[in-house]
Amino acid sequence: MSEVINVPTMAEMMAQGKQPEVLFWVGCAGSFDDRAKKITKAFVRILNRANVDFAVLGTEESCTGDPAKRAGNEFLFQMQAMMNIEVLNAYEAKKIVTACPHCFNTLKNEYPELGGNYEVLHHTEFLKQLLDSGRLSIEGGQFKGKRITFHDPCYLGRANNIYEAPRELIQKLDAELVEMKRSRANGLCCGAGGAQMFKEPENGTKDVNVERTEDALETNPQIIAAGCPFCNTMMTDGVKTKEKESDIKVMDVAELIANAQDL
Amino acid sequence: MMYIDNLFFAILLSIGIGFFTINVKKLIRNINLGKDVDRSDNSSARWRNMAMVALGQSKMVKRPVAAFLHLIVYAGFIIINIEVLEIIIDGLFGTHRAFSFLGGFYGFLIGSFEILAVLVLISVIVFWIRRNVIKLKRFASNDLNGSPRKDANAILYFEIVLMSLFLIMNATDLQFQAMNNGNIISQHLNALFSGLDIAQVEVIERVCWWLHIAGILVFLNYLYYSKHLHILLAFPNTYYADLNAKGKFDNLESVTKEVKLMMDPNADPFAAQPVDENAVPSKFGASDVQDLNWVQLLNAYTCTECGRCTSSCPANQTGKKLSPRKIMMDTRDRLEEVGRNIDANKGVFVPDNKSLLNDYITTEELWACTSCNACVEECPVNISPLSIIIDMRRYLVMEQSAAPQSLNAMMTNIENNGAPWQYNQMDRLNWKDEN
Repeated sequence: MSEVINVPTMAEMMAQGKQPEVLFWVGCAGSFDDRAKKITKAFVRILNRANVDFAVLGTEESCTGDPAKRAGNEFLFQMQAMMNIEVLNAYEAKKIVTACPHCFNTLKNEYPELGGNYEVLHHTEFLKQLLDSGRLSIEGGQFKGKRITFHDPCYLGRANNIYEAPRELIQKLDAELVEMKRSRANGLCCGAGGAQMFKEPENGTKDVNVERTEDALETNPQIIAAGCPFCNTMMTDGVKTKEKESDIKVMDVAELIANAQDL
Repeated sequence: MMYIDNLFFAILLSIGIGFFTINVKKLIRNINLGKDVDRSDNSSARWRNMAMVALGQSKMVKRPVAAFLHLIVYAGFIIINIEVLEIIIDGLFGTHRAFSFLGGFYGFLIGSFEILAVLVLISVIVFWIRRNVIKLKRFASNDLNGSPRKDANAILYFEIVLMSLFLIMNATDLQFQAMNNGNIISQHLNALFSGLDIAQVEVIERVCWWLHIAGILVFLNYLYYSKHLHILLAFPNTYYADLNAKGKFDNLESVTKEVKLMMDPNADPFAAQPVDENAVPSKFGASDVQDLNWVQLLNAYTCTECGRCTSSCPANQTGKKLSPRKIMMDTRDRLEEVGRNIDANKGVFVPDNKSLLNDYITTEELWACTSCNACVEECPVNISPLSIIIDMRRYLVMEQSAAPQSLNAMMTNIENNGAPWQYNQMDRLNWKDEN
């Protein structure tokens, strides 16, 4: 695994008078959460390999405001949004890619009305584009023939009707893609959305992530693929609750692709 | 004698339609208690939505058994109602089967009505069995305890009675049977009455004819008090439904103004605001039905309490109190209460120390939502329980600072260091150099 990764910032780019092809919006989970940081790095390795001219905001990035908006705090959301839009517009950002469906949804759907108009892509969509344009080749490697089930993140799937891009990437690995009984528009939430990630669940009979992990386990998978850092956490916890962590890995689609080619 | 019949019929019809008109007016007034929201854009996409989702029932197919049975009852409802036109003409002008001059085509029409009537009867009986014998989970739910369960069964009984009256009416109509044109089902029922003399059969025919039309008028007026209102409101509801991506929550413009003022270094916070004569002191979010928008209130009246939303809700499936169906039922119940209050107080709402929040919907329900949009996806008529949940959360957070403690901590972190956790914004790129 190559350890040298190249991560330019927008500030550095600007100092050199350059405008990157795409801005990589890392997000809070991707920046701070130990598990999600691995996804961030995997994605960067792919970008480096495909020679994608990208940059991050680095310390100039701030929470999109998604959890505040879902919790009902429109004030905080709009303050975050307007600050971020000021920064993004100052750098004349045109195209943004992010590995977090929550950031993706907010940037894509909720920033335009506040003055932030960008082409926003989820990383699975962006990787699909790289693949289609021949800039990236995907080989199965260690995942050839493995049983992989994909958990649809609500904010990618139902919220934005993106179901195929992550699946097409998984199929490119020559893996056996198996569907859960509830998938695509019928997919069950992992339990983290709507700011639930940051609070204890209300009283009930079961945790949502356990219910969803049971769906995944029914497919008898070797890997549960996710496309969201929060889903990843919830499914990982679910697999641990079911004491299956030695048999089943929860991995982001970007990690699958990066690991398949030993990046 | 004949004129008395016609007069009586005209009076019955005008009472039926008159009461219905009064109820429709009340319905429109109540829906207009909601805040304004502009849904006049993109009419072609809206018509398409209505054609697909309401007329074409495209979202019903997800549950094929219910979809098939519902399609029969729906088609039966629309098509058999052509017959009502003839009944009204006969009733008003003293004719008998005014359309029978159509000949073979008339036979074709009546024949299809009779077949549909039988299919509707079978479907409705299966519906009744699903509710009362098999007790499907979404129908056995506590949401429906009390009047909603009675309402659901009353609709089924109504339909059984109306369809039976229609068939018996045809079977005992000796003239019609003599024509032997379109009596495809009723000719077999006719044998049931063979022991009676002609006069008795004629009485049965008249009684069924009158009960049938009276029943239809009663059913029409029952709609306003029933979940069955969806047969009318599904159409405007799908037309006015949100066309944006489901992940897009609406932007609160009143907040935008204040945030812009806060962020503008040149703004003078003490400068006199332009006075708006009609300005209502703004309230953020919703604690009662008047704070919701009219589309959300239309949603509440349209809900037919089928429970698909609740059965797909991750919170509900894992035993939490939240039920999206209950959110819609509560909204309608409270809106009706507010409407009755206005009726009783000469057109003005007198505060009753009650509200949708707490008296109907508890905070525990609101905070259990994961905003996953499963309920919105599932609804066969494009209702959004989620938008009501979010508007009520907005009230709790922005008006009452009543978020759960852990969410307050998350929001404080975002405010202080730009992330939901306590990490320094200056450390945001550290991952690059970590192993």
